[in-house]
Amino acid sequence: MSLIEITEIRKSYGTNEVLKGINLDVEPGEVIAIIGKSGSGKSTLLRCINGLETITQGSISVAGAQLIDDELHLKALRLKVGMIFQQFNLFPHLTAGGNVMLSQTVVKKTAKAEAEAVARKMLDRVGLGHKFDAYPDELSGGQQQRVAIARALAMQPIALLCDEITSALDPELVAEVLAVVRELAAEGMTLLMVTHEMRFARDVCSRVVFMHQGRVHEIGPPEEVFANPKTPELQQFLGVH
Amino acid sequence: MIEFSTWDILRNLLLATRWTILLSLVSFVGGGAVGLLLLFLRISKRKAARAFAKYYIELFQGTPLLMQLFLAFFGLGLFGVDVPAWLAAGMALVLWTASFLAEIWRGCVESIARGQWEASASLGMGRLQQMRYVILPQALKIAVPPTVGFSVQVVKGTALTSIIGFVELSKAGTVVTNATFQPFTVYGLVALIYFALCWPLSKSSQILERKLNVAHRNH
Amino acid sequence: MTYIFDFGWLAEYYPQILKGVLTTLQLIAVGAVLGISLGIFCAWARALGPSWLKPVVATYVELIRNTPFLIQLFFIFFGLPSLGLQLGELTAANIAMVVNLGAYSCEIIRAGIQATPKGQFEAGASLAMTPFETFRHVVLVPSLQRIWPALSSQVVIVMLGSSVVSQIAAEDLTFAANFIQSRTFRAFEAYIVSTLIYLCLAILLRQVLVVVGGFIFPRRAAR
Repeated sequence: MSLIEITEIRKSYGTNEVLKGINLDVEPGEVIAIIGKSGSGKSTLLRCINGLETITQGSISVAGAQLIDDELHLKALRLKVGMIFQQFNLFPHLTAGGNVMLSQTVVKKTAKAEAEAVARKMLDRVGLGHKFDAYPDELSGGQQQRVAIARALAMQPIALLCDEITSALDPELVAEVLAVVRELAAEGMTLLMVTHEMRFARDVCSRVVFMHQGRVHEIGPPEEVFANPKTPELQQFLGVH
Repeated sequence: MIEFSTWDILRNLLLATRWTILLSLVSFVGGGAVGLLLLFLRISKRKAARAFAKYYIELFQGTPLLMQLFLAFFGLGLFGVDVPAWLAAGMALVLWTASFLAEIWRGCVESIARGQWEASASLGMGRLQQMRYVILPQALKIAVPPTVGFSVQVVKGTALTSIIGFVELSKAGTVVTNATFQPFTVYGLVALIYFALCWPLSKSSQILERKLNVAHRNH
Repeated sequence: MTYIFDFGWLAEYYPQILKGVLTTLQLIAVGAVLGISLGIFCAWARALGPSWLKPVVATYVELIRNTPFLIQLFFIFFGLPSLGLQLGELTAANIAMVVNLGAYSCEIIRAGIQATPKGQFEAGASLAMTPFETFRHVVLVPSLQRIWPALSSQVVIVMLGSSVVSQIAAEDLTFAANFIQSRTFRAFEAYIVSTLIYLCLAILLRQVLVVVGGFIFPRRAAR
């Protein structure tokens, strides 16, 4: 059984169908890059897996837990799957440490001392142990995104969803965030990332998914997809002729 | 005929001001509590709750406070009880204040970026937890200046309770005028006392807002 | 004992109500037009006017915004005659509403003026316009457009607030309700009916102001 099973999912906004029957199975430890033009549905797919968008049809299960749209099931699912956002979405009224501790104490009811220990460990892991007491507005974009990763990791998820996590960053800050992700991948974390970083996708990912007009248009290991694009749409997207 | 000095007039007015202050406090605190409840209904996931709060707010903001006072006064009377003016005044002002505070606060909650809801949801928080730990702490900060600003409207609103016979500053003004035949002095003084109550509130609301804007720009 | 509602009096007294509604409408029409005009003038004075005028206008605005409308009305109607200025109820009510809305709209319009990009003033100046010409032809209309929703809400608030003019015996809708309840002893029904009429007037007025806004600001960029 796969870790994440996405079966025939469809998603419409009114009459506009943005996902037109997606199938994707993800094995534990896989790192999947989802690429494609804007509007191809790649971010929507990611947000559906986390229940931020409700699907119109089909089913999603993560480690055997079905995605059902009620608070209890959503919570169970979200405890297993962490999400990192393009705009970081740190809580501005809490310190970096507070951000990482909050959901541990509130959702998991972890004791404060233990949550703090975990938070310090996670911040260390992303190289920001010394910023425990800093507020988000005192951190650079790259640092904020690393705190967001630590925040998701603190919930001990079995998979992470990364939604264009370097797109809002200044070019010189991209590397520090990708380094953290690379390390997570090396440690065996299951990752699904929507990304524009093709080199990163080529180097780190086990499979690449090319989405086009709400469908999985091409899928395969990076060396195949990048070196040997079969469809004209992917060729055009990659700029090879 | 008794002569009234300006001091006599002022003393009488100031004594009545106590009731204006007390009624303002009760209305503001009570209105805040009911307003918070309305806020939760207004942003609830349940359609019926949202609709109820919406129409409540529409009704209380779309009709004169004076009418609400009359209806409270005569409406409570329908139950056969002899309604004291202070009860009708307090009740109407609480309900009226609640409708405005709920709407002000809703604006604050909605100004919190969507990402904050999404990030907290993705961490497994339920709706109440999101509100309690993520949204409200941020919304509260920006809600302070307009809330303080609205307290001025509450103080001024209490003046209308004189019309249903509650003896506060405005009513005292009328009573003293009838005794002294000095409307210019008396209503001038009444206005100045209201000003002394309201202006500090207006001013602090402005200062708080400016501080908040500066803080935002630096972030 | 249960209370039995009785709206039978409506048949006899609807002319009073109609007359009250018309008076209320007349009050808000005059109040809105003159009040907003006064507000525009005061906003100009506070934002761009001569330095001696600024504190005068500021004092007026602060005084009005921090005292109850009822007291302003009493001061004008009962207080001013002792200075030799005798006013009829309707005139006093009209003046009070203009003065009141003038102060509130001043602050609202001023916010609109302050939100004008600096470049607009500079562009006006570079075209050899005087500061006043720039204000009149470049700044004013976009500023008004910016704050039109807030200004509309304030007009509705003033309309609802006008119900207290019944206290100086101006014969508005509330006056009609008071009159009817004193004759019929059907207080609750009289106030229910007039409250609902006020609600309709508020909704209607809001719509009218949207239409008026569309008329004054035909399809210009929102900022």
